[in-house]
Order: sequence, then structure tokens, then C-alpha cells
Amino acid sequence: MSGLVVDDVRVAYGRTEVLFGVSLEVPDGSLVCVMGRNGVGKTTLLNTIAGLLKPQSGSVSFDGSSLAGVGAHQRARLGLGYVPQGHAVFPQLTTRENLQVVMERQGRRARAASLRQQDLDEVLDLFPALTTLMNRPAGLLSGGQAKQLAIARALVTGPRLLVLDEPTEGIQPSIIHEIEDTIAKLHAAIGMTILLVEQYVEFALRLADRYAVLDAGRVVSTGLTSEADPSAFAELMAV
Amino acid sequence: MQTFLEQLFIGLSLGSILLIVALGLTFTFGQMGVINMAHGELIMAGAYVPYVLQTKVGGALGGRAGLAFLAALPIGFAVAGALGLVMERTVLARMVDRPLDTLLVTFGISLMLQQAARDLFGASNVEVVAPSWLSGRWELLGVVMPHSRLFIIALVAVLVGLVSAFLSTRPEGRRMRAVMQNRDLAAISGLSTRRVDATTFFLGSGLAGVAGVAVTLIGSIGSQVGAGYIIDAFLVVIVGGLGKMRGTIIAAFGLGMLNAFSEYWTSASLGKAILFIAVIAFLQFRPNGLVSFQTRGLTG
Ligand SMILES: Nc1ncnc2c1ncn2[C@@H]1O[C@H](COP(=O)(O)OP(=O)(O)OP(=O)(O)O)[C@@H](O)[C@H]1O
Ligand SMILES: [Mg+2]
Repeated sequence: MSGLVVDDVRVAYGRTEVLFGVSLEVPDGSLVCVMGRNGVGKTTLLNTIAGLLKPQSGSVSFDGSSLAGVGAHQRARLGLGYVPQGHAVFPQLTTRENLQVVMERQGRRARAASLRQQDLDEVLDLFPALTTLMNRPAGLLSGGQAKQLAIARALVTGPRLLVLDEPTEGIQPSIIHEIEDTIAKLHAAIGMTILLVEQYVEFALRLADRYAVLDAGRVVSTGLTSEADPSAFAELMAV
Repeated sequence: MQTFLEQLFIGLSLGSILLIVALGLTFTFGQMGVINMAHGELIMAGAYVPYVLQTKVGGALGGRAGLAFLAALPIGFAVAGALGLVMERTVLARMVDRPLDTLLVTFGISLMLQQAARDLFGASNVEVVAPSWLSGRWELLGVVMPHSRLFIIALVAVLVGLVSAFLSTRPEGRRMRAVMQNRDLAAISGLSTRRVDATTFFLGSGLAGVAGVAVTLIGSIGSQVGAGYIIDAFLVVIVGGLGKMRGTIIAAFGLGMLNAFSEYWTSASLGKAILFIAVIAFLQFRPNGLVSFQTRGLTG
């Protein structure tokens, strides 16, 4: 199957097991949302997909080939764009440098400079607020600005799968709105495949085609968002 | 007044050597979380380069000590850089973020390299002939400033300028800063942290090599030449804040001065004790060093 397939993945930190056999599919062109209360292992799952954590068993594959033994940076080059939870920027680099360092990475030098400028312009069109902050160290950006930069950073590499970890966490409503529009636009206009982790249920259900709910390291519920009953999530998400 | 200025000058020249040694250490520690105790032996490797050029291939250079010394600067950089790269590839790359393990392993490597130097060049110290154009001295306000020490200060100023330009304008430098600031984020953004580590290690080790060439102007050299600087360089790294250029510069000159003045007023060993006490006291107030920032991972 093309897209991302997570099959029966078990992950532990030392002796503490966190994921007890999680399976998940994100087919090409879909927008899948993973929900679950704090500490159930959502970020752990995404870090495993990104290649920062090694599963004890189970597999992750992307476009039909297994990612076992493929390092995090190689996964990024295969088209996996990851926007981690929180302030995921290089704090001492300026906004411009945050984007530059990712675009000019090794192996991409062959690409024409003009093409890159075009990539950059396209991405900045999505986040006009960033254009006035290009020379500011990213560590000084507000939470909302840093989040936009982090998404832009993932997008300038032209990913085929975009993975977002709680993009609305701690962000003011107007920027949440912008981020929602951006995600919807990416999905609808260019058919980008997206895996979204979110605790803001209404936001997630508005955007996603499919959902999966994680609890205590297992997937406890999956389905189409069009058939989902929002009130049913209240119990699954309650702390 | 005159002795004050004299000690100031000695502190400045000592500080500049410490700076160039500490820069390499702070880069590798800040970026990879490894403690390289063998960094001093990279200084030693650099120091033997002008010696070898003058004694072994002296004929090819027409026996011109000055030319051999100048050639030793880039060659010393390359030799120490390559040696550091071999250490990084074979040992340290497997021990990222395990400072204590790397401390022990590199301590062993350091002893082995010292022994290798004694086997190759003999147990007694040797002299490098300083270029004739560095044998003079300047006198300003009664302070005697040997050209050799002025040369070292100028050399370090140029190197620091180059390194800082490299970090801020070159793509490789930007990548180094990115990996230093957030290793996991760099990896998931498609940067090969292994390759960047190699660049960093080569650069940091090469700087130690140049420092080694420079210290041949100050005295004779032997297998212990690097060991004499390494503890002070580690103090600079700790006081300056890990991976920070500005902090390292301030700390290097601060410690250089402190060293010069305390040794002048007391004795060499009491001076060292005063230095340690000062560093410990400082760390009570600024445990993260002069300049610090959070390096955050994504997996905790
Ligand atoms: N580096 C780590 N070492 C040890 N345990 C960890 C580590 N990171 C996370 N954990 C534990 O693993 C569990 C899952 O954490 P994870 O961050 O994946 O949860 P999450 O679902 O993303 O939570 P949140 O909604 O708060 O972001 C938690 O119990 C957490 O304490
Ligand atoms: Mg999380």
C-alpha cells in the first residue's frame, strides 16, 4: 500500500513500555488524526515514525518499503516532514536561517537556486506573518509564530507526508484558525497526505477523514470522522 | 604599572592560546555531548608538525625555518583535523551524548598518543626553530612584547574571525549551529548529523593543531605539551558555556589574565589553586556558564 503503515509497533523507554502494539494506516492522500489523553504515547508514536525512537518490535513502512534501519534524516529525505510538539525551531538561528539550513542540506545542492526561492515563496505565502520576522532569532518568536515557522520548515523540503504533533497546543484562537486553514488548504489543494495528532477534538474532526484514538498505549477506536459522534470522544479523552 | 601591563600582555597571549584550544572542545562537547580528553594530544600532533618539517624535510624547504613554520600552520590544521576525524569515526561517533564513557575512552587514547609520540620522537623535549622575523620584540610603555607572542595573538584573532564567519555565512557552519542547538530537530529536518559531526570534529581538532604549531614559539615541545593546556581549556569551556563562541572568548581571556596575575603575585602552584577556587565560586553563581542556552531534544 502506498502511504504510511505502522504495524504492531511496541516501544519502551528503558523498561517502561509505552506502546503495546500500535497499528495505524495513513493512505496516500488521506488526512488521519490520532487523538488521546496526555501521556498515552502519541508523541512516542510519532517519534518512532520519524526514526528518533526504535521500536522493540513491529514495523513502520512508507510507500511499500520498510523503514527499519533508515535513520531520521533519511526518512526526512524520503519525504517525511515532521512538525514536533512544542517550540520546534533552532532558537539561535534566525527565521530565515531556520528555513535556509533545511533547504540547503547536503544532497540538495544540485537543485537550481531559483527553484528553491520558488519553494520558499510558496511556503511564505501560507504564512505571511513570517515575512516580517525573517531576521529575528527563532528563540524570540512567540509560540504561535514559532509554530508557523516549524510548519514552514517542514514544508520547504517538499514532504509527501506531513506529520503534525498537537499544532494547536497553547496557541491563540486566531492563529489556530490560520493553521487550520493551512492544513485544509494543503490537503485539499495539493492532496498532501497528513497525519495529525490533536487533543482539540472539534478541530481534528473538522479536518480529518479518519481518526484513531490511543489509550494506554493501544488503539482503542478508529473510524471515519464523518460517522464519528463528537460526544463519544469526551469519555475517551477525559483525564 | 609596568608589571601590571606586562602581566596583562602575558594574560592576553595565554588567553588567546586557551581560546583556540577551547573553541574546538566547546564545539564537540556542545554538539555531540562527548568529552575529548585527547584534545591535548591534537595540540601535540600540531606541535610536532613544524619540528618534522624542519628536521626531516628541511632540505626540501632549503633549510628555511621560517618557511617550514608557516607551512606548518595549514599542515598542522590538516594533520590534527584528520587525527581527530579518525577518533570521531572510530570511537566517539558511537558514544554520542555519553560524556562519562567518552571521558574514560579518550583518556586512554590520550595516553596512547603520548606514548606514540615518545616512540616516534624520543622521550626528551625538542625545540622548533622560530622564524627569524619573529625573534624581535617591541617595547611599549616599558612593556616588552616579543614578536612571537604578538604573532600568536594576531593568529588567534584571524582564526576566530574565520571561524565566526564560517559559522554565520557558510551552509556547513549553519548546519553545525543547527545540530548544536537541537540535534533531533536537525535530524528530522533531513540534516545528516553524522556528517555534521565529522565537520565539527575536523574543524575543532584542526584548531587544536594550529594551537600546537603556535605554542612551539613559546617553548620546547614534548609528549606532554598538550596536557599542559587541556585542563585550563576545559575550565574555559565550563565557564564560557557549552557551545558558545562569545562566552568562550570572554572566559578564555578572563582565565588567561587570572592565571598570569595569580602566578605573578603568588607561585605557580598557588596560582593554579586560586584559579580553581575562582572557577568554583563563579559556577556557584552561574552554573550554566557565562552564556547559556537550552539545547533541547525531542525525545527528552
Ligand atoms: N524520554 C522519555 N523517557 C522516559 N519516559 C518517557 C519519555 N518520553 C515520554 N515518556 C513517557 O512515555 C509516556 C508517553 O509519552 P508521550 O510524550 O508519548 O505522550 P503524549 O501522548 O504525547 O502526551 P501529551 O499529550 O502530553 O503530549 C508518558 O508516560 C511519558 O512519561
Ligand atoms: Mg505529546
